[in-house]
Amino acid sequence: MTAFVPPEIDWAALTPILIVLGTAVLMVLIEAFVPTRVRRAVQTVLAVVALGGALVAVAWRWGVVQSQGGSELVGGALLEDGPALFTQGVLLLLSFAGVLIIADRYQGEDAFAPTGAAIPGSTYEEEARRAGLVQTEVFPLTMFAVGGMLVFPAAGDLLTMFIALEVLSLPLYLLSGLSRRRRLLSQEASLKYFLLGAFSSAFFLMGMALLYGYSGSIRLSEIAKAVPAMAGMDSLLLAGVVLVIVGLLFKVGAVPFHAWVPDVYQGAPTPITGFMAACTKVAAFGALLRFVYVVTPGLTWDLSAFLWGIAILTMVVGTVLAIVQTDMKRTLAYSSIAHAGFVLLGIIALDVRGISSVLFYLLAYGLATIGAFGLVALVRERDAEGNITGEASHLSQWAGLGRRSPVLSVCFALFLLSFAGIPLTAGFIGKFAVFSAAIAGGAWPLVVIAVLASAAAAFFYVRIIVLMFFTEPATTADGRETTVVAGEGLTTVAVLLCAVGTVLLGVLPSPILDLAASAAKFML
Amino acid sequence: MDTLNLSWLLIAIPLASAGVLLVLGRRVDRWGHWLGVLASAASAAGAIAMLVELLGRGAADRSVGVHLFRWIPAGDLNVDAGLLVDPLSLTFVLLITFVGTLIHIYAVAYMEHDTDRRRFFAYLNLFVAAMLVLVLADSYALLFLGWEGVGLASYLLIGFWNYRSDYAVAAKKAFVMNRVGDMGMLVAMMALFATFGSVNYETVFAAAEGTNQGVLTLVGLMLLVGACGKSAQFPLQAWLGDAMAGPTPVSALIHAATMVTAGVYLIVRSGPIFEGAPTAQLVVVIIGAITLLFGAIIGCAKDDLKKALAASTMSQIGYMILAAGLGPIGYAFAIFHLVTHGFFKAGMFLGAGSVMHGMGEEVDMRRFGGLRRYMKVTYATFAFGWLAILGVPPFSGFWSKDKIIEAAFVGEGWRPLVFGSVALLGAGITAFYMSRLFFMTFHGEKRWNDGHSSTPDTAIARTPVQHPHESPRLMTVPMIVLAVGSVALGGLLSIGGVFTSWLEPVTGVVGDHEPVLPVWLLMTLTLAVVVVGLVLAWRQYAASSVPVIALAGSVLTRAARKDLYQDEVNDGLLVQPGQYLTRSLVYGDRQVIDGAVGGLGRVMVRLGDVTRRLQTGYVRSYAATMTIGLVALVAVVLATRI
Repeated sequence: MTAFVPPEIDWAALTPILIVLGTAVLMVLIEAFVPTRVRRAVQTVLAVVALGGALVAVAWRWGVVQSQGGSELVGGALLEDGPALFTQGVLLLLSFAGVLIIADRYQGEDAFAPTGAAIPGSTYEEEARRAGLVQTEVFPLTMFAVGGMLVFPAAGDLLTMFIALEVLSLPLYLLSGLSRRRRLLSQEASLKYFLLGAFSSAFFLMGMALLYGYSGSIRLSEIAKAVPAMAGMDSLLLAGVVLVIVGLLFKVGAVPFHAWVPDVYQGAPTPITGFMAACTKVAAFGALLRFVYVVTPGLTWDLSAFLWGIAILTMVVGTVLAIVQTDMKRTLAYSSIAHAGFVLLGIIALDVRGISSVLFYLLAYGLATIGAFGLVALVRERDAEGNITGEASHLSQWAGLGRRSPVLSVCFALFLLSFAGIPLTAGFIGKFAVFSAAIAGGAWPLVVIAVLASAAAAFFYVRIIVLMFFTEPATTADGRETTVVAGEGLTTVAVLLCAVGTVLLGVLPSPILDLAASAAKFML
Repeated sequence: MDTLNLSWLLIAIPLASAGVLLVLGRRVDRWGHWLGVLASAASAAGAIAMLVELLGRGAADRSVGVHLFRWIPAGDLNVDAGLLVDPLSLTFVLLITFVGTLIHIYAVAYMEHDTDRRRFFAYLNLFVAAMLVLVLADSYALLFLGWEGVGLASYLLIGFWNYRSDYAVAAKKAFVMNRVGDMGMLVAMMALFATFGSVNYETVFAAAEGTNQGVLTLVGLMLLVGACGKSAQFPLQAWLGDAMAGPTPVSALIHAATMVTAGVYLIVRSGPIFEGAPTAQLVVVIIGAITLLFGAIIGCAKDDLKKALAASTMSQIGYMILAAGLGPIGYAFAIFHLVTHGFFKAGMFLGAGSVMHGMGEEVDMRRFGGLRRYMKVTYATFAFGWLAILGVPPFSGFWSKDKIIEAAFVGEGWRPLVFGSVALLGAGITAFYMSRLFFMTFHGEKRWNDGHSSTPDTAIARTPVQHPHESPRLMTVPMIVLAVGSVALGGLLSIGGVFTSWLEPVTGVVGDHEPVLPVWLLMTLTLAVVVVGLVLAWRQYAASSVPVIALAGSVLTRAARKDLYQDEVNDGLLVQPGQYLTRSLVYGDRQVIDGAVGGLGRVMVRLGDVTRRLQTGYVRSYAATMTIGLVALVAVVLATRI
């Protein structure tokens, strides 16, 4: 029996993760001990400061890694290298904007149910609403999710990866069910997400077990080392790899593991949808990138049909279904599925440029996504008495918005153009980078399909723009009309941040492209 | 040194003023026009300060580069934004700002009743700024920025009254024809960059000597195409007549004194390139000669006062281009004529504006006549401009135009005889059509309805009653100043060759060249043809009566009235084939491209309708999809192994 050897821990390298998770724990204590009146303000400030601080810490670690190279942390459970830090930076930036939107309120009401435990439509819920109860647990939950996301792409072994997956997922299951309006839809979304998430976690675990059986280790580097020595057990290896990848593909919403995406994106509170759509995808792609680039280079031949098929299906199904949607959030959900397909191109490329292009694409996509959902949260219905109610998420309700709220509409159009990949927006550069990486990796047939899918996708993005700017607003029979609320300004800040980023990355992409290129090296 | 380092202010001030006027909009309607005048005057003051600074230096130090900032850092192509202050550019700066300021002042009164006067001044200031960029640039790239800037300003100002659709069309025509010239500029710049790796004057000119003559010829010809577009030279001249749709101050400033002379500037500035490409130089001279006759012939038949002046501008710039094509011997005179022309032509345009002002915006010269009694100042100032353009000594035009004719007679072989004769003939025709214009407007009997005297001519009686009157002081003072220039500027600058020696650092020192005919004979011949032209015009348009309705006229007259069919030629040669091409492209686009796109869209929608049925909303079916998907995928992966 060998004695337990405690791993050496480089605390400095863990700073970003420690800041976020430490703040999350602190927030739980605040929930318990700080009076209700100030709790919300304290939580908001704390969240913003912590995310900002973590971003600074990532920048600092970036400098260290650039000069000294990457390193293994906590006995190899975590890795600190270029892609991990870049992904963490992107994550923190996006969650910074996301938290601002989450914290925003209109007429004292945020996007969340006054108390999540109440039965929808009950008197208890109505009383809680009148009493002005606030579910400030949203903030620690978000921070825990962010913490999990930070660990996810930096995980050095499958077990850490799995734990990160659960740490990021569990809070999101909860948050999805907390929508203030359309409570039933929200709770249904939450439950679906949870059930299917658990299902996919099982796939992941199963794959992990198979890989352990094959290589005798759960370390990514050890498994990679064992790959060339495939003798007789190759079906174990291949099944394991496929299962693990499927577990990750579930999180990015790739077809055929995408079914949860539209339902959950529609049901979840819109700020959470934006946060989830951007950050979960970034984190999951970060992990997928690491797994594919570290473990499977020797298996290209075996996996290409599988990955190509997934990519094609994802792009085509996402695009085709987005065209026929009538709900704004569902449209954006399918659009995010299509984008997952485009990102897969960069992963399939298995080329150095593939890594940097995926990293850039994720940033571009994340900015537009957070911004777009932030704006969706501001477009509301107003009933005949003039009360502001839920979001006006039916497409027809967006008709003629350009005339009444030009600034909002222009920003939204900007994000849509970025999604569509129109030049001078970040989306164009991202698509261009990913497509050229895929061509360099020999996947030109995929690029042809991707270009066709982009063209078809442009159809529904532009349709929304046409709807906003060139269509007369329609009034409904019951006197409901669409209006835009101002919020407390936090959303405005976040959306402007995203809009400026989208334009900047589209006009002057080279600094970030260079940064992503210098990050494009995984340590084994 | 310090003064010159601030030369960017010359550009910045009018530009800022234009920005203020456009951004603040109607709020500054009350005083906006004075801001415009002030900005232009400030630039003029700065230009004079620069002149003083430069005059204080030795001739060799009069070329100063002012580096501003790195403009285009793009790999191999590095363009710095920098200004080049030398005698040539400063001459232009002085002309632009001085004449520009006078015209600004004039426009205050001329545009008084226009509700958009502020916008007008914003555009004028924009023009001044862009024109200064053009002449002060130290590289072709920055010159091109100004080149496009003046094109834009010209477009905006020609179409200033764009509620009249023919004016808007005129603006568009000018814009499109200038694009053709711009293509030439762009090709020239690309060729320069490909050859020298730079578009900076200094680098290019230093390397031009000893470069392959073919390259220089290409660059020269392409620059000429650019010059033709901007300066309304054959075959890109058709837009200038229509450009008279703009308010008269615009015609005076942009389409007479400054912008249209940019082509001359370009060729003189690019001297080192043209000197290495004799073929290109010859083409320049030929273009100049053709245009000078072309414009003169058109000028003889035009009844529209402003269009006749525009034809004359075209013809006079033909002289300048011709001189510029002659090489160093002609550069100084091209610029000299450009400056004197800037004064007398601007003066006459302002006079024309004054006549229109007094005659209810009438421009048909057949409906003028005898106006000298009603507009004494306009008459007198116009007369000086007229004498100047005729080249009557000692007025300004004599000193510059006579020199060009002399220079055209220098050389060997057939060239001096052909080009010299054309220049000489042009002088005669100029005398005829300018006198025609002058007499029809100011002399002869009244051909307008004054409301009380009974006229037998029903064509007159039916027109509205006119009350010709002199224009306000704000308009006449600039005219007087320009008239003084028309009288004396040429003579003053000729004393001891002041102007040519001022330009020598740029144009190079030229030794004496003897024309093929003696100078005294040339001068006599020139004066003789001028007198012949003048007398012919007097007989026909002052001594005898002028019909109010134009007669059918000879074939040549009819052709000249229609601008020698330039529009028809363009239409048949370019517009119709172009339209045919675009129509077939549009057809192809609809049928093939749109069909494919629309078809893709329809297929997608149908596909979507089918697939969306899979999205049942039941977790169990989602989970089943996942499982089936997973099994299928594992099977596929394992199958590849077998």
